[in-house]
Amino acid sequence: MKRVPVNKIIPFSSVDGPGNRTAVFLQGCNFDCRYCHNPETRNVCRDCGECVKSCPSGALKLGESRVVFEPAACVSCDACIHICRYGCSPRIRNMTPEEVMEAVQKQVPFIRGITVSGGECTLYPEFLTDLFVLCKKEGLGTLIDSNGTLDFSEYPELTAVTDGVMLDIKAWDDEEHKKVTGVSGVVVRKNALELASAGKLLEVRTVVVPGLFDCEETVRETARQLRPYLAYGNIRYKLIRYRKIGVREQYAVVCRSPSEEMMERLADIVRSEGLDDVIVI
Amino acid sequence: MRDIEMSRVNATREEMFETVKSPTLTHEQKLTTMTNLADSLLEVLKLPKGLDELLNQPIDKQCICDLAEGHAPLRPRYIIPDYAKFMREGSKFLQLEPPKDLYEALNCLQIFYRHVPSVTNFPVYVGALDELLEPFIDDVDEAQAKKLIKLFLTQMDRTILDSFSHANVGPKATKAGRIILEAEAELEHAVPNITMKYDESITPDDFAICGIRAALHSAKPSFANHSMFKGELDEDYVIASCYNGLKLGGGSYTLVRLILGNIAKRADNVEDFKKNQLPYVCQIMAEYMDERIRFEVEESGFFENNFLAKEGFIKRERFTAMFGMVGLAECVNILMEKEGKTGRFGHDKEADKLGVEIMEQIDAFNKQHVNPYCEITGGHFLLHAQVGIASDLNVSPGTRIPIGEEPEELLEHLRHCSHFHKYFPSGTGDIFPIDMTVHKNPEFVLDIIKGAFKENLRYLSFYSSDSDVIRITGYLVKRSEIEKLEKGQNVLQDTTALGMGAKHNGKILERKIR
Repeated sequence: MKRVPVNKIIPFSSVDGPGNRTAVFLQGCNFDCRYCHNPETRNVCRDCGECVKSCPSGALKLGESRVVFEPAACVSCDACIHICRYGCSPRIRNMTPEEVMEAVQKQVPFIRGITVSGGECTLYPEFLTDLFVLCKKEGLGTLIDSNGTLDFSEYPELTAVTDGVMLDIKAWDDEEHKKVTGVSGVVVRKNALELASAGKLLEVRTVVVPGLFDCEETVRETARQLRPYLAYGNIRYKLIRYRKIGVREQYAVVCRSPSEEMMERLADIVRSEGLDDVIVI
Repeated sequence: MRDIEMSRVNATREEMFETVKSPTLTHEQKLTTMTNLADSLLEVLKLPKGLDELLNQPIDKQCICDLAEGHAPLRPRYIIPDYAKFMREGSKFLQLEPPKDLYEALNCLQIFYRHVPSVTNFPVYVGALDELLEPFIDDVDEAQAKKLIKLFLTQMDRTILDSFSHANVGPKATKAGRIILEAEAELEHAVPNITMKYDESITPDDFAICGIRAALHSAKPSFANHSMFKGELDEDYVIASCYNGLKLGGGSYTLVRLILGNIAKRADNVEDFKKNQLPYVCQIMAEYMDERIRFEVEESGFFENNFLAKEGFIKRERFTAMFGMVGLAECVNILMEKEGKTGRFGHDKEADKLGVEIMEQIDAFNKQHVNPYCEITGGHFLLHAQVGIASDLNVSPGTRIPIGEEPEELLEHLRHCSHFHKYFPSGTGDIFPIDMTVHKNPEFVLDIIKGAFKENLRYLSFYSSDSDVIRITGYLVKRSEIEKLEKGQNVLQDTTALGMGAKHNGKILERKIR
């Protein structure tokens, strides 16, 4: 079975979907969001070995031309992340769906399901499909946290075993989407509407960064476009206040955090467009 | 009654005089302290040989502790009146007819509470409030009902001056239950403590979520594994005081506790502990409890003369007693060290296995010890994981992992609890401060409760990391009230002083946030 790079598995998560879920974070992302707060999850390790010297606890070793990570020895000091010139975490385990499932099962019966996030987890659609099939056999729920660039309509098997998707709407206008992420958002918007019409769009979220893009327009358009699909299932709008923590220095200086008043104003806009389930974090 | 030395009398008189002059104690707190000091001069119990050497010791040596029950118990420690009977029949002694509407129901209960004694002189059980009030809840519109219930709860908070006072709701969803929980979430009071009896097959999710929302605001209710308690104590059990499972219309004569860490200090090694020290101390404690119970039943006159017994709100034969223990963690760690091993309780398989073996031994001891007045529980006491007292130093409550040593993951913590909760029908519990972000996802807590009860956990408490009302060990105190007391100001509830002690000695504000 093909392995995928797993950045982290959080046994109990209260912030990755409804209820208690095991959150699985895969490594690698095809976006380059200016405000990314975990940029070390974007690239895949090139095994240059630079970080091995920086590790104070011997959790990283240079094997046969590969960086090998020993999770048990790691003290989570992040020295390796800070030193990596490729903006990548070497603390990656390459795992099969079965191995991830084994890690998930330890939490049963305390969890209602899993959420796979990233990086961008839909870079690995076959893995997701296989993992979710295993989850369904155990009666566990399956959620995807995604930037929405995988065209779900081309992966019906994956969509069938996915309970819901939590989708980032980085910006509604495509020029702005490119400015924020470096990538077009055409597929993102197509996914949003198609998933909503299938009752599988659990949540949309927008990180609010005043000045970087027209936050009001994005929030209003997103809510307006999704409103007709509420009949197929509730859609929550999560408005996320930009915070500097973790953001790369060159972007941290240009992005600023929104005021509470602005967040409330945006929440009001969402509600006025007919989406009542809004949360601000 | 045995004579005592004049030097002891004089020392007590000094303490009484200091109590009279105390700038921080309220009038009620002074009266209670004076009563306890007077009682301490009585010597009427036939104490078992060897007790003195185990009981009257400083906290680092004491092996048996009777939790300030006094020398001549004039009432059982915990009394659980059958409030439903009172609501049906009223009370001759209190000159009250059965209530006919919500106004009368609340008024009747308030009057009754004033007359329910306990070790604290306040009622440790105030009833299954949802069931008691549900028949009257539609007498008025919902806004009016909520207003009345809020006034009722506030009256309790300001007059029952001790948070070892416990109301129950659930397992069935009721309108009254929901209003009570919503009211508590808004009021954020320390009194009364509340438990929701929870059973996934009976309790609807939305009612449980209502409870969790209240808990994140006011650190209550806690959640009791209904099917587990029901299996041991039948349907008519209640949760009282901290988290004590007891019979409705009965109670507990007494609660005495083993301080296991100090018993371990007496032992040469694990074998000596198991073979000699633990059985010796258990035997003396059981005999001491037997004698306290004998006095209450045969000499005190309580069950013949108190109106609660005379009118059948309690029945002597529904009482039992609680065989308590604290400090399993310290006990295991000390014994491991004596064996030259480094593993610690909560982190090491061998240490945890030793913990289970010790619990098995205490359980087996209790099951072979017979007391003639504990018929309701098969002639045996019920084991109780005691939550500790303010002066405890290096003594972890019951079987809890010491604060500061909690496992990194909540999952491991819960798995650990699952080895120990089953031993304690008369109560145990673990407490988890939850990160305030969970306000937006209360289902997170519900999933943990559901999973935990499937794994045979008995009792769980949660509070939000940003809450003013917090759970100290089993009872509730406001952080803001502790701060007042630290500044030397008077505070209304006597449990605030216990909370302050636990903050300093028990590090309760340093629990790992989940």
